[in-house]
Amino acid sequence: MTGEGNAPPAPAPVRSAVRGHPGVIALLILLALFAAAGLFAPLIAPQNPYDLASLDILDSELPPVWLVGGSWTYPLGTDAQGRDLLSAVLYGLRISMLVGILAVVIQAAIGIPLGMLAGYLGGRADTIVTRFADIQLSLSTLMLAIVALALFRTWLGAESLGANAVPILVVVIGLAEWPFFARTARAGVLSEKAKDYVRAARALGATDGEIVRRHILPNILSPLIIVAAIGIANAIMAEAALSFLGLGMPPTRPSLGTLIRSGYDLIFAGAWWVTLIPGAVLVALLLTVNLLGDSLRDALDPRLKSRGGSVTA
Amino acid sequence: MDAIRPAATFLFQRLFQMLLVMLAILTIAFAIRSSLGDPVRELTGPVASESERATLRDELGLNDPWPVQFGRYLEGAARGDLGTSYIYKRSTLAVILDKFPASFELVLAAFLIVVLLSIPGGIYCAVRPRSLGAKLVLGVSVLGVSIPVFLTGILLISLFSVLLGWLPAFGRGETVSVFGWESSFLSLDGLEHLLLPAVTLSSIMLPLFIRLIRSAMLDELGRDYVRTARAKGVSRLHIWIGHALRNAWLPVIAQAGLQFGNLLAFTLLTETVFQWPGMGFLFLEAVARADIPLITTYLVVVGGIFVIANTIADLVSLALDPRVSLEAAR
Repeated sequence: MTGEGNAPPAPAPVRSAVRGHPGVIALLILLALFAAAGLFAPLIAPQNPYDLASLDILDSELPPVWLVGGSWTYPLGTDAQGRDLLSAVLYGLRISMLVGILAVVIQAAIGIPLGMLAGYLGGRADTIVTRFADIQLSLSTLMLAIVALALFRTWLGAESLGANAVPILVVVIGLAEWPFFARTARAGVLSEKAKDYVRAARALGATDGEIVRRHILPNILSPLIIVAAIGIANAIMAEAALSFLGLGMPPTRPSLGTLIRSGYDLIFAGAWWVTLIPGAVLVALLLTVNLLGDSLRDALDPRLKSRGGSVTA
Repeated sequence: MDAIRPAATFLFQRLFQMLLVMLAILTIAFAIRSSLGDPVRELTGPVASESERATLRDELGLNDPWPVQFGRYLEGAARGDLGTSYIYKRSTLAVILDKFPASFELVLAAFLIVVLLSIPGGIYCAVRPRSLGAKLVLGVSVLGVSIPVFLTGILLISLFSVLLGWLPAFGRGETVSVFGWESSFLSLDGLEHLLLPAVTLSSIMLPLFIRLIRSAMLDELGRDYVRTARAKGVSRLHIWIGHALRNAWLPVIAQAGLQFGNLLAFTLLTETVFQWPGMGFLFLEAVARADIPLITTYLVVVGGIFVIANTIADLVSLALDPRVSLEAAR
C-alpha cells in the first residue's frame, strides 16, 4: 500500500484526528492497554483459568479484595467454581478481542474487494453487489448470527460447537457484516475514480489492477479505518451476545460474554461481582472502540463537528 | 384513478415479493429439517428395532423423493401445519403462537417508551445542538449504544430487584386473558413485571432513534422553507413540530424499517435475561433440546413477521410521501 509518492503513510484525516484531539490519544492508549492485557494474559494472569484441576471449590464466590472477606490472592474475587476472576477476565478479554479483530479481518477481506470491484466496474457487477449488500443489511446481522450458531449447535452438538467456537464465531460474524465495508469502499472508489491522478496513472499505462491497488486504495483508506473501528466494536458485542445466549464460547474457555452468563444467576445470591466485573470490562472496551470510531469520523467529516457531534447510525 | 393505479401496482408488487420471500424461507426451513432432523428416532426412542424404524420411515414418507416431500411440506404450511414439536408433542405453530402475545407486548411497551422519549429528545438535540443538555443526551446515548442489552438488563435487575427489591426480576407475573390474548397491560402485577424488560429493550433502540431524529431534524432545519416560515413570523414550536418534524419523519421511518431485524435479536436477548416467556426464549429452549421442527417453524414465523413488518414500513412511507416510494419501486 506504499510507494508512488501520492500515497501518504497514514491517511491524512486519521493523522489530523490524532494530532488535533488529546482525547483520541488517551483513547488510543486505553485501547493499547486492553490489547496488551489480552495479548499477554498468559503472562499476567495469576492463574490459568483453563486448568480446572487447580481450582478449589472451597474458594468459590469469594468477594473482591475491597469487600469484606476479600483477599489479595484473588484481587477481583472468584466465580462459582472457585476460578480467579482476574485471570478469567484477562483470558476472556483475549478471546473477545481475538474474535472481534479476526471477524473484522474477514469482513474487510470480503467487503473491500467486492465494494471496490463494484465501484470500479459499475454496471452489472455493481448492481449485484449492491443488491446483495442491501438484502443482507435489511436482515439483522445479529439475528443472522444467532440463527446460524443455533443451527451449528443443533448440527454439531454443544460439545463439538464449544471445541470449535472461535473459528465458527469468527466466520459467522465475519460473513454477517461485510456489507458495511463493501458500501464504504464502493462509495470511495466512485468518488476517486474520476479524479485527475487516476486518469494520469491510466495515461501512463497503469493497468486496472495497479490503479485500484496502488492509487485508489490508499486514498479511500480513512473511511475504511472508521468502518473497521465500528466493526470491531460490533463484532465484540455480537460475540458477547452469542456467548451470553450459550451459543458461543463454552464455560471451559470463557469469553467476557460467557463469564457474564455464568455469573448471572449469582446476582440473586449477592455475588454481583462474578457477572458485573466482566460486564464492566466489556463496556469499557466497547466504549473505547466506539468513541475512537466517533472521533475519527468527526475528524474525517468536519461538517459533523460544526453540527455539534457525530452521528453513529 | 390515475393516482390510484401506481399505488395499486406497487401494492401488488409488494404482495408478490412477500410470497416469493416466504417461499424461499420455507425452502430453507425444509432443507434444514430434512438434513438435520430424524423424526423416526424421536418418535420411537432407542429401543425400537431396525425393521420397525424402516416401516415407520416408509409410513411417514421419508423415503419418497425430495420433491414429493417438499410438496407435502408446502401443502402442510398452507394449512398451518409446520410439524410437531418434539418437546411439547403439539403443533409447532400453535406452540409458537401461544408465546406471541408475550413477545409482542414486550416490544410494544419498549416501542412506546422509545417514541415518548426519542421525539422530544431528538428535537431538543437538534434545536439546541450546542447546549449542555444536548451534549448530555448524546453522551448518554453513546454509553447506551456501548452497553450490550443483556448487561443493561442485568444491571437493572441487580439494582431494582436484588438491591432495592422494588420490582420482580423474571417472568410475566399475572396476566389477564382478553379473548384468548394473555395481556400484561391489565394488571398491576403484570405491569410491574413488564417494566424492567421494556426499559431494557428500549435502552438499545432509544439512542439510535434520538440520533436519527436529531440528524433528520438538523437537515430539515437548515432548509429554505424553515427560513421562510421564520421570516413570516411563524412560532418556533410550530416550525419545529408542524414543519420540520413532519418532513423529518420519512428518513426516520425508512431507517426504522431496517432496524426491525435487530429488534428481533435484542428482544431475544432481553427475553433470555428476564426469562420472559416469549418466542425468543422458546427458540433457545428448542435449540438447547434440539427440537428441529420447533426451530424451523420459528424461522418461518420470524421470517413471516419480518416480511410483514417491512411491507408495512414501505406502505407507511408510501402514505406519507407517495412520490418517493413509487419512484423507488419503479
